[in-house]
Amino acid sequence: MNIHEYQSKELLKKYRVRVPEGKLIEEGLGDLEERTLASAKQLFQERKNQVFVVKAQIHAGGRGKAGGVRVCKSVTEVNQATKEIMGKILITPQTGPQGKKVHKIWIEEGVEVVKEFYLGVVLDRALSQVVMMASTEGGMEIEEVASKHPEKITKVPIDPSLGFQSFHGRKLARALKLTTEQTKEAIGFFRGIYECYQSCDCSLVEINPMVLTKEGHLLALDAKLNFDDNGLFRHPDILELRDIQEENPQDVEASKHDLSYIALDGNIGCLVNGAGLAMATMDIIKLHGGSPANFLDVGGSASKDQVTQAFKIILKDSKVKAILVNIFGGIMRCDVIAEGIVSAANEVNLNVPLVVRLQGTNVEKGRHILASSSLKIISAEELTDAAEKVVSAIRAK
Amino acid sequence: MSIWIGSETKVIVQGITGSQGSFHAKGCAAYGTKIVGGVTPGKGGHGGGGQIHEGFPVFDTVEEAVKVTGANVSLISVPPMFASDAICEAADAGISLVVCITEGIPVRDMVNTKRFLASTKTRLIGPNCPGIITPEKCKIGIMPGHIHKSGNIGVVSRSGTLTYEAVHQLTKLGIGQSTCVGIGGDPIPGTNFIEVLEAFNKDPDTHGVVLIGEIGGTAEQEAAQYIKKEFKKHIIGFIAGATAPKGKRMGHAGAIISGSRGTAEEKFQALEAAGVKISRSPADLGITMSKVLGV
Repeated sequence: MNIHEYQSKELLKKYRVRVPEGKLIEEGLGDLEERTLASAKQLFQERKNQVFVVKAQIHAGGRGKAGGVRVCKSVTEVNQATKEIMGKILITPQTGPQGKKVHKIWIEEGVEVVKEFYLGVVLDRALSQVVMMASTEGGMEIEEVASKHPEKITKVPIDPSLGFQSFHGRKLARALKLTTEQTKEAIGFFRGIYECYQSCDCSLVEINPMVLTKEGHLLALDAKLNFDDNGLFRHPDILELRDIQEENPQDVEASKHDLSYIALDGNIGCLVNGAGLAMATMDIIKLHGGSPANFLDVGGSASKDQVTQAFKIILKDSKVKAILVNIFGGIMRCDVIAEGIVSAANEVNLNVPLVVRLQGTNVEKGRHILASSSLKIISAEELTDAAEKVVSAIRAK
Repeated sequence: MSIWIGSETKVIVQGITGSQGSFHAKGCAAYGTKIVGGVTPGKGGHGGGGQIHEGFPVFDTVEEAVKVTGANVSLISVPPMFASDAICEAADAGISLVVCITEGIPVRDMVNTKRFLASTKTRLIGPNCPGIITPEKCKIGIMPGHIHKSGNIGVVSRSGTLTYEAVHQLTKLGIGQSTCVGIGGDPIPGTNFIEVLEAFNKDPDTHGVVLIGEIGGTAEQEAAQYIKKEFKKHIIGFIAGATAPKGKRMGHAGAIISGSRGTAEEKFQALEAAGVKISRSPADLGITMSKVLGV
């Protein structure tokens, strides 16, 4: 799960991480101008600051270059920028070509920056440990730094039985060439970041940039937090931060039914059990000249209802011109799946070619159920056969 | 004829009174596995062998179950919030092989569990995996036993149903399997490709291996380095997810291309460079192996 920048900053504050103060303006809660002016005036008074930054809140990076971040020197300028950015569709390298609409804006105090750094916390899968990463190349995409100047990234693994120690902090501070005085503050900053990552079951904390201010403090100028979905049952408070508007509606619908669905660009809908087989099914469609419309894993023990929901979700995508069902029955019996397919196809008024490949437990019973139904099902026995049949079904249309 | 498990293996099931645990205990026993008991805290009754569930004695603790039954392997099928605790309990009780089926264990729990396991002699397979099977002898997991056939090919995979697909293709061509290991689709697996390959390398009855990887992480690249240096047997490979988009989690918690790292192409190339015979199509795993074997 992802959250917005302003939410990330609010959360980090609880772990004693210094962040700029700001105020949130949401779309559609009364007069926008009135609310913006009131918030901006209050901020200018409280913070005795001359510069404020208006930042679009969307779940994607690269907002600055897309026109989603504006530096303002007066209440009028803040108001003008907010009016222009709210409701705008931002297209960044991370949003895809369709872009993302801005529903929320964060107005934040400006900061005089002396130096910019990068700080990140992620899981190192090869080590099976959390690593903290720091780089002097703040503000740049870390991927880019990693490919061009890998020597400029310092990685410090944290042993889980030890937790964060001051020496971890000193190693990171040294890599950032901080002074002795700055290092003292930095250790506290790093500890807060690590504690937040651990306590909240994060999968990523990225502070890019972390800055050294004119006053000599370290501060998180931007903040990105992602969470491990499997750990969220421990955090009802964080679950409340979920912003459904930022997510693909079909993904949201699928997750309600415990289906794993990802929309793609092609025209062959896929319904498969198991993540690996679902990916392999997409791959083999491509190898035979077709193009998958989605990834969909109904899981190891899908019910008839889940199969019906899966068909509905696939068919909501108007690009879908044929469907390939590929089930390898293990725990899931092929006859149960076949019944699910028949009832789902009847219920949703299926009007595109349907290719079904069943294998595994009770396969004969399953094939019999499909053959004796009134549905026009193209049956396939093996994977290649299934891929060829679904690709030619589209070409025949 | 196999690695890690065989006809002498004695297994307990942690979570045996749950619907999944009970179902799979019966399934494994029906295949011929020696399921000697189960553990569900609070249902064992003090002093051992409290209730009998589906014919299996139930114990409160793994320690007690081991003492009474002499079990050396545990199959874990408990909800994700209890799984890490169950794994550590099994290791603490001296179980040598733990097979954890559970999907959805928080990464933080697995980081801690893995650290703890490093201080014990216990091997963990999974989590989020179908388990391990030595065909016609011992099945510890949720795979359909009937598609397997005893033989000399090892299978190691991050996926469940895609492994069944590979086994199905092998069996159809008359190629039997020594042992099939599902290492699971999570970002932190208890056992990685290299550890399974090392065991296959040493097993005189394994003549070749099918390796099935997927996008995300670098486990296949690391395996490729090992294969190049040490692996002496026939090996073929496939990577799922060549068509997967970047930055999206494809069902498995570990199947995600982060930035531009962990793509299928990168992994195919690493394996190929290490001398692995690649099958670009998931439908050609069996035929590729049969060509390599010359049968």
